[in-house]
Amino acid sequence: MAPGGKRPGPPQLPLPVTVVGGYLGAGKTTLINAMLRRAGGRRLAIMVNEFGALPIDSSLIEAADDRIVTLTGGCVCCSYGEDMVSSLAMLAALDPRPDHVLLEASGVAFPGAIAGTVGLLQDFVLDGTVVLADAETVQRRAADRYIGSTVRQQFAQADLILLNKCDLAADPDAVEAWLGEAAPDVRTVRARQADVPISVVLGARSGGPAKLVGGPFDHTGGFVSAMLNPPAGADPGALARLLADPAHRLLRAKGFVRRGDGAMAAIQVVGNRWTVTEAPAEARSGLVCIGLKGQVDVAAVRREVAEAATVRTGTDTP
Amino acid sequence: MTTTVYPARKIVTMNPARPHATHVAVRDGRIVGAGTLDELAGWGAYTLDDRFADKVLMPGLVEGHSHAMEGSFWAYVYCGYFDRMDPEGTVWTGLKSIDEIVARLREAADRLESPTAPLAGWSLDAIYYGGRRVDRHDLDRVSTGRAVGVLNASGHILNVNSKALEMAGLLKPGIDHPGIPLGKDGLPTGEMKGPDAMAPLGPHTGFDRDLLACDEPGLRRFARLCVRTGVTTAADLANTLPDDAVDMMLRVTAEPGYPARIVALRRFYGVTPEELIERVLDLRERSHDNLRLGVIKVVADGSIQGFSARLRWPGYYNGAPEGLWYIPPEHLLEIYERALAAGVQVHTHTNGDEATALALDCVEAALRKHPSPDHRFTLQHCQLADSAQFRRMARLGVGVNLFPNHHFYWGDQHYGITVGPERAERMNACATALATGVPLAIHSDAPVTPLGPLFTAWCAVNRRTATGRTLGEHERIGVADALRTITLGAAYTFKLDGEIGSIETGKRADFAVLEDDPETVGGEALKDVRIWGTVQGGRIFPAAEI
Repeated sequence: MAPGGKRPGPPQLPLPVTVVGGYLGAGKTTLINAMLRRAGGRRLAIMVNEFGALPIDSSLIEAADDRIVTLTGGCVCCSYGEDMVSSLAMLAALDPRPDHVLLEASGVAFPGAIAGTVGLLQDFVLDGTVVLADAETVQRRAADRYIGSTVRQQFAQADLILLNKCDLAADPDAVEAWLGEAAPDVRTVRARQADVPISVVLGARSGGPAKLVGGPFDHTGGFVSAMLNPPAGADPGALARLLADPAHRLLRAKGFVRRGDGAMAAIQVVGNRWTVTEAPAEARSGLVCIGLKGQVDVAAVRREVAEAATVRTGTDTP
Repeated sequence: MTTTVYPARKIVTMNPARPHATHVAVRDGRIVGAGTLDELAGWGAYTLDDRFADKVLMPGLVEGHSHAMEGSFWAYVYCGYFDRMDPEGTVWTGLKSIDEIVARLREAADRLESPTAPLAGWSLDAIYYGGRRVDRHDLDRVSTGRAVGVLNASGHILNVNSKALEMAGLLKPGIDHPGIPLGKDGLPTGEMKGPDAMAPLGPHTGFDRDLLACDEPGLRRFARLCVRTGVTTAADLANTLPDDAVDMMLRVTAEPGYPARIVALRRFYGVTPEELIERVLDLRERSHDNLRLGVIKVVADGSIQGFSARLRWPGYYNGAPEGLWYIPPEHLLEIYERALAAGVQVHTHTNGDEATALALDCVEAALRKHPSPDHRFTLQHCQLADSAQFRRMARLGVGVNLFPNHHFYWGDQHYGITVGPERAERMNACATALATGVPLAIHSDAPVTPLGPLFTAWCAVNRRTATGRTLGEHERIGVADALRTITLGAAYTFKLDGEIGSIETGKRADFAVLEDDPETVGGEALKDVRIWGTVQGGRIFPAAEI
């Protein structure tokens, strides 16, 4: 390596960014801290835009300078204010580069607008938009004369809604049913203390089955994860669309498939959102799907994926 | 210390007990008195200085809502449709065609040494080119080798060339974003609409810095513009005031030749409400005569022409969604409560009438908790408030600083597109404010519109749009009211009315020195009153030499 030069390496995959939205008190800070505590080797970069005090548990902080707070486990945190683009660029330039960015939107921001900007940036890819709802207060907030429409739009812009503080709500079923009408087709996950597996919020890590481990309020008994192996030659776009179909009620799906021309494609599904991008040739074929137990019929998904692949390649069709 | 007595053709004092005087006596930067030479001679020995013998003196004009970055923007290329004077006194002609815009930018590009340095322009107003939008091909005629970015007058659109798009990785098909129109070729046209679409281009076109921060050359240029417009006290209304900026501003404004008093408000940003109060209390202690600190600015919503102001039902005339909140109501209320408890003043940006409603609800709740005589909380812009809201402001002791320059620059768009005829005719309701007893100031929001209180007064008096429509006859105010509003009215909003805003015994010797008499030229000519310069704190600043 030349002195002062940058090590030439394979072109980096775009850095995934998950936007975390939701009104004040919905649990964004709790969620971020929970994700940091169970990062499990992922280098998370947290971007915050809530006023003032850093919303990170002091036990997780190792060091701080002007722009960046170093956290345990190789994670970092910065506040981005009105300069989101240059803050993201700064994070992407860190060595080692973070694996994933969690971008916390302010309580009145439209996460969809932030996601739209992320989608325009080179070197970044929008992973998804997770919006938290406080099960105890969300209906009242959504009817508020000033912020009601903002809160309702935040849900409409979500890929996943985390219905948090379910332990405090008198009737969580009713709240979830109401959310279903306020934001049709957006998948909802119930939680208390924002306690959900990291693979639900950030997607599974590539190459292996999703670990559905939560914290002290673990509801992971409620999740199901499955590894699918679509045959080579499947149309990645058709597969992704199928996995994002609201009828399957998957929360997330992620992995690689081999195209008809032999190249690998990466598939990423969050709720109704799906993306297909090019993947490195050495990527291993396989798709990890995550959903809620009792909602997802894994056998049916498996069957449809196989059928879709078959129809596409046409080998078995008379 | 010697007393200097200035005779003048006329002195407009704003002191109702003696509205006019022939002489003013100044000592130690303050006014000993205004009256006849005989009256002033009673104060003892004096030197007679007759340099203003043929001028009209007014109290130094007070701009209650501007941004010192007006000075910084002049480092970019002016691309506006209307003539505009720069800090050096050069009037840049308004550009009446896209070709003229391209030509001016190309001239500026040719002066740059580096062939790859970005070129930034400002104040483009795309609505004036006959439905033809400025696109990247136009700006490619300026340069294909460097990024070119031109900010719209409203601040909500950035026009860029192909090189800038290419550098941002956006010169590609398949972009699906509401703020990025695509051409027939499927590629972006180069018009980036709204902050979300503009953000990725900022770093490539020279607009990446905090646009509300001012730099040292900008702060100096801003003061020169003040002298040229008769302004002796001007707000820098939304600075985040980081320590290094405060140090710089304290130093520069204390220089013997710095000709303006800057009232710099600390914008609520990046700290908790609790920290904010601590910070402004500390800042207040650091103030000196020409830099006043210790007031809070909060932004509640966006702008009307950017469709981000929060409007009450039935919303925007063209059906656009109801706008954006920039602060949760809980935070606004907390700031008000803490500010009232600490005796700190808060100015709140509310453009839409729903934002005004929220601010008034919060003021009322906070006042119930911390009853505070003379809090002087002020709503900035407050463009769409209706008469019921003005009555409520009066009851709550809330003042307004309205934005009549909008009538001229965007009045036709407000009438036809944003809020529709009825609300356009009531917007910036200066007459209603006066009738309901709400303390009133009017402003330019420079650099959004040009600094110039006499022009702003003309806008309030005539309510004329760019195409000549009178936007709400009923809300016009008289010349005398307008002149009081751009002096004492604005001073009141910063609790400085005991110190500046009129020519009276004991006040600062701040004068606007005029060639024409604003009281007699007539409302139509108010914007054309010629300005010789200013006197600020007793120091004389002729515009011709600044």
